[in-house]
Amino acid sequence: MNIISRGFRGRHRPDGDRLPPGQYLVDDFPVLSAGPTPRVPLERWEFAIDTEAEQTHRWSWQEFMALPSETPTVDIHCVTKWTKLDTTWEGVSLDVLFEDVESAAEYALVYSYGGYTTNLPLEDLLDGKAWIVHRFDGEDLEPRHGGPARLIVPHLYFWKSAKWVRGIRLLNEDWPGFWETAGYHNYGDPWREQRYEGD
Amino acid sequence: MRRLVWRAAELAEIVTETATARTLRFRVPEWPGHLAGQHVDVRLTAEDGYTAQRSYSLAGPADGDLVDLTVETAPDGEVSPYLTEVIEVGDQVELRGPVGGWFVWRPESKAPVVLVAGGSGIVPLMAMVRARRQAGSQVPFRLLYSLRDPGRRYYAEELRRPDPGLDVSYLYTRSAPPGASRPAGRIMLDDLAEGGWPASFEPDCYVCGPTAFVEAAADLLLALGHAPERIRTERFG
Repeated sequence: MNIISRGFRGRHRPDGDRLPPGQYLVDDFPVLSAGPTPRVPLERWEFAIDTEAEQTHRWSWQEFMALPSETPTVDIHCVTKWTKLDTTWEGVSLDVLFEDVESAAEYALVYSYGGYTTNLPLEDLLDGKAWIVHRFDGEDLEPRHGGPARLIVPHLYFWKSAKWVRGIRLLNEDWPGFWETAGYHNYGDPWREQRYEGD
Repeated sequence: MRRLVWRAAELAEIVTETATARTLRFRVPEWPGHLAGQHVDVRLTAEDGYTAQRSYSLAGPADGDLVDLTVETAPDGEVSPYLTEVIEVGDQVELRGPVGGWFVWRPESKAPVVLVAGGSGIVPLMAMVRARRQAGSQVPFRLLYSLRDPGRRYYAEELRRPDPGLDVSYLYTRSAPPGASRPAGRIMLDDLAEGGWPASFEPDCYVCGPTAFVEAAADLLLALGHAPERIRTERFG
């Protein structure tokens, strides 16, 4: 039973069915990151998937841009409580990137330019659930929002959607990432309010 | 594993910081303690059961069961107007935390420190200044505090008091007070070169403020040669 805060009325919003518990709606696009914004020249950019058998699949920017792309429109939910509805991105489905990858691994550790990491079960990246995107709202992705390319996994809290993504390492064992070792939940389902360790 | 539970917090004291901001001192029985730079989640519940949650930086180091938050009114906010205008001493909210283990300063750290605050980004950095003083640390701190005009200053009296080893520079962006050594304007390379520490001292840099400010300040620190891994950022809005 919650404690009632005397005099608090709040603003009851109608969009409850698309708003996970504890979240509020924003129209702008807040930015959160732990350090300076890395800037990655496109000629040096690459994306890699390393399997547990140490097979590496690599794409240069040119190769990545030649892959079939999709334009998902999704709601995104940040653990700091904001939710943004109907964000439109353009990028490559992880299903496309994983087409020729042979792996029996269950876990993925996503890593970024700048040193950020985040972990998730591999199945949360597949079957139309995740994309590597390079455009937002019809524009090239700004560096502050993770450009040139970032991961988007809309069904998990947004810290799982790694900015400045550089690659995915497939692992037989789960390996917690940056925020997951700093007190945040290992999985991060917004609908179950898995914000912090132990939630 | 420590599970974060919601705790009842009773407002014990209010300090007015500016026309639009105040510091709320809550008494939270069995508060587990925290590090400077961490934040808490606040949950408000209305009489009809409606709830709202927000995160706020802690404004001071751990002090028994007392927890300080400094809150600025967001013009169209849902929670901050309640905290800055409605809540009174004796009223209750729920708190959960502390949260965040990255944007923190630890009293045992020996590296010099550069703190760069934009507006209400001063809050977690002030917690670090206070933690340093509380621990009797000799580590040299330099604080650059960018704000629109003198009326926006938080903790004005406390930052005016001499605190050996702490240098404070104010960077006014719209209007500087008479006699200010620097004309009003946005943060520049010279500000950080003069008011911070050289990169060769390998200071830990903490930057907190609105996104555009943090982007600009972090880029300037990089341009001055500071290593990216020594620059920690926290943004809001």
